[in-house]
Amino acid sequence: MTSWLIKGATPAAAGGQGSTAGHGATDLLLADGTITAVGAGLSEAGAHVLDAAGLLALPGLVDLHTHLREPGREDAETVETGTRAAALGGFTAVHAMANTEPVADTAGVVEQVWRLGRAAGHCDVQPVGAVTVGLAGSRLAELGTMADSAARVRVFSDDGRCVSDPLLMRRALEYVKAFDGVIAQHAQDPRLTEGAQLNEGEISGRLGLVGWPAVAEEAIIARDCLLAAHVGSALHVCHVSTAGSAEIIRWAKSKGWPVTAEVTPHHLLLTDELAVGYDPVFKVNPPLRTAADVAELRRALADGTIDCVATDHAPHPVEAKETEWPEAAFGMTGLETALRVVQQTMVDTGLLDWPGVADRMSVRPARIGRLTGHGVPLAVGGPANLTLYDPAAPAEAVSPNGASKSRNTPFAGMLLPGRVVATFLRGAPTVLDGKLA
Amino acid sequence: MSATGHPVAGRDGLAVLDAEEIRRALTRIAHEILERTHGGDGVVLLGIPTRGVPLARRLAARIGEFEGLEVPCGSLDVTMHRDDLRLRPARALGRTDLPTSGVDGKTVVLVDDVLYSGRTVRAALDALTDLGRPRAVQLAILVDRGHRELPIRADYVGKNLPTSQHQMVHVLLAEVDGRDAVLISEKGEPS
Amino acid sequence: MKRHLISAADLSRGDALLILDTAEELASLADRPIKKLPTLRGRTVVNLFFEDSTRTRISFEAAAKRLSADVINFSAKGSSVAKGESLKDTALTLEAMGADAVVIRHSASGAAHRLAGWVRGSVVNAGDGTHEHPTQALLDAFTIRRRLGGGPGGVRGDGKPPRERGDPGGSSPRGGTALDGIRVTIVGDVLHSRVARSNVLLLSTLGAQVTLAAPPTLLPLAVDTWPCAVSYDLDAELPKSDVVMMLRVQQERMTAAYFPSVREYSRRYGLDAARMARLPDHAIVMHPGPMNRGVEIAAEVADSARSTIVEQVANGVTTRMAVLYLLLGGTEFPEVSS
Repeated sequence: MTSWLIKGATPAAAGGQGSTAGHGATDLLLADGTITAVGAGLSEAGAHVLDAAGLLALPGLVDLHTHLREPGREDAETVETGTRAAALGGFTAVHAMANTEPVADTAGVVEQVWRLGRAAGHCDVQPVGAVTVGLAGSRLAELGTMADSAARVRVFSDDGRCVSDPLLMRRALEYVKAFDGVIAQHAQDPRLTEGAQLNEGEISGRLGLVGWPAVAEEAIIARDCLLAAHVGSALHVCHVSTAGSAEIIRWAKSKGWPVTAEVTPHHLLLTDELAVGYDPVFKVNPPLRTAADVAELRRALADGTIDCVATDHAPHPVEAKETEWPEAAFGMTGLETALRVVQQTMVDTGLLDWPGVADRMSVRPARIGRLTGHGVPLAVGGPANLTLYDPAAPAEAVSPNGASKSRNTPFAGMLLPGRVVATFLRGAPTVLDGKLA
Repeated sequence: MSATGHPVAGRDGLAVLDAEEIRRALTRIAHEILERTHGGDGVVLLGIPTRGVPLARRLAARIGEFEGLEVPCGSLDVTMHRDDLRLRPARALGRTDLPTSGVDGKTVVLVDDVLYSGRTVRAALDALTDLGRPRAVQLAILVDRGHRELPIRADYVGKNLPTSQHQMVHVLLAEVDGRDAVLISEKGEPS
Repeated sequence: MKRHLISAADLSRGDALLILDTAEELASLADRPIKKLPTLRGRTVVNLFFEDSTRTRISFEAAAKRLSADVINFSAKGSSVAKGESLKDTALTLEAMGADAVVIRHSASGAAHRLAGWVRGSVVNAGDGTHEHPTQALLDAFTIRRRLGGGPGGVRGDGKPPRERGDPGGSSPRGGTALDGIRVTIVGDVLHSRVARSNVLLLSTLGAQVTLAAPPTLLPLAVDTWPCAVSYDLDAELPKSDVVMMLRVQQERMTAAYFPSVREYSRRYGLDAARMARLPDHAIVMHPGPMNRGVEIAAEVADSARSTIVEQVANGVTTRMAVLYLLLGGTEFPEVSS
């Protein structure tokens, strides 16, 4: 394989022995899938040279929560198109959620998704297994078999649906201890959110849309934290969206309980005010909340209460979004814009520095996902998975026409800073100069 | 108004009729109506809003003074029948108030302040047709400024006022404007 | 308001008064031998009704026809929509047919908003989900004004329309009175009522004092941000009300635990003869229809002299004529100062 010499990048790694932390601009040599040298003035015969002056080098981003839609909804996205979008967003690994058709509740389906990811080659695809058969919430799926399969599933989630039966949630948490698994809960009490369309608040009352109350998320999270503590097993909370949820997680962590949490880029920036024109591009589950929630979620991500940013990239075909709000599908795309939104909401506001971003978007998600080979701070001997990012690129309006098959980005037309310049997966570029390599 | 009674340019334009002249014109029209309708038999006066309405009331009052006859009086709004509606934003409607005796079989005398293109009167005739079937329709006008675009003519005219199309004619009436006068100004002049 | 009428919030006080005053003038049309005006000749009004509503559809149809517009009725049952055609495709079809105005009733909140983005003509919201029903609020305001008048000092109660109370003769009805100081109590399932939303907005724009009376489960969470008062005690509100507006309560709400039983709802929030007797003498009772006799309103109340339910229907045609005229009669809705 060709080696690559990256010249003049500024590493933003999160520290560690022999790491690049503390270096100013430096050179990195990538060969045979690893970082073989770090330092100033490196040279290597036969290596491709990439001038990275002014660029940040981050460990390749890891997304704990993506919907690739294949098998079953290839009209919205495929593993090929979704992973292209991921690479362009700076991701070297994504966790593909299980709510496909058929549901990823057997070794057969998870292995299929895993193979499709390897064949596409734009980033690593780690399938997530369903917690219950068919996501129906009544019987556990074959979690052990999925863990033992070629896909080596460790994260299990019924995302899209909540595991609302407390007994089933308890059993699932207990069961995955055997293979160091983690249950990722989509917290939404189904009885409190029947027909819900939008955050329950002033806007939903005015617009005549059924409300999705914050308590429906918070009550499930509180219960699950207590269950995780009781059985001593790992709980991960998907797409935290309310200030109250962040407070509950902070409390659980203060007790030393094995709880982790993620937040989406859109919940760091957007509020339910955007629903006023009834454009379903802003319809998402959990819904956009208030400015007070956005502020608290940013603080929680900054102080580590929320461990990571996960996109919940949810592509939908045009007809599912170009319709009346109550009929429209829930979900927003997010792979291509994630890092730029995090820069705007967390770095440019002074809440988080770039090493912090590396931690929240690479190191911790890889750790929570039990993913080897990713989320490793850039250092000699580590895997050559890295992202080169230009934080000083002139702000550009987001176009809905990206690599994803779907157009439902809520940021269309918004000016966002920054630009992913290059992404390397095990030493080979997947993205160069902002385009697929 | 100058001592000799000639028109004087004022703040709002040139005055061509003052209150006294208006009063005399209305008196004459009232007499003419009585002459040509056999003493006001079956006459209904309908003023076209805005200023046609107080004019119609004044005529009814005069006729009442001269003959002791109470002539039914009302208003006929023509907005919905105008032919130029699509050229401007929708207009607010004026009031249509028919006397209880109605218009069927009556001699309706339409009353307006200025007769110009004739389109307002054409609209009034259409509006009237939808309300009933008068025996006859006549037109009483305070000022006829010429430039007809339709074959319409007035039966009773207060004053013939030749104008150019660059000019604007303003009728002021006490009930609406606080004083009586007829003014002419050039288009573009403040009015 | 300008091109569309989608929410009562689109109307300034001046806009609302213009519509009511215009309707006042058009009301006399019903007494004339020829109940037709030529004003909208050559315009096409499409009634796009995705929800069954014979009463509202006929009202709009009559209004459009009295102004000589051509009317096309589209109802969802048995149509291409029943076969899965999207709202957008239906809108594009109407565009191709040259609709000048589309009157839409739909079960999804926001449908009128979406439609307005896809057609060039004017959109009139005839009821979208639980969002709004602005022409209902307008006809309700018109009914209140006719029955009670309005203006400083509160209620006149002499039954005469405001124009007969000494406006300068022959002047334009612009400057007709609003509903300042009139106390309106709206009773019932506010949470699911588009009529309630539109009425709260329009009545407060016109200066009325609005109170909502309902069990807490049938009020939106953030109702304290609305321009009205809230009470859980209907009996306390009745002696202070000039208008009581009853909303229809669907019996299905019981299964979703909004109230324990129809009997208890009726006992606490139903307007029966005993409660009607506690109203001030001049007070009127309104209902947008259709009624659940015996649930929210007793038969003898619905049929009493205080009830405006029948005249609301006639006023609906008049008010909708005014809306269609102002939207389509000129190049655009007139600029009105608030």
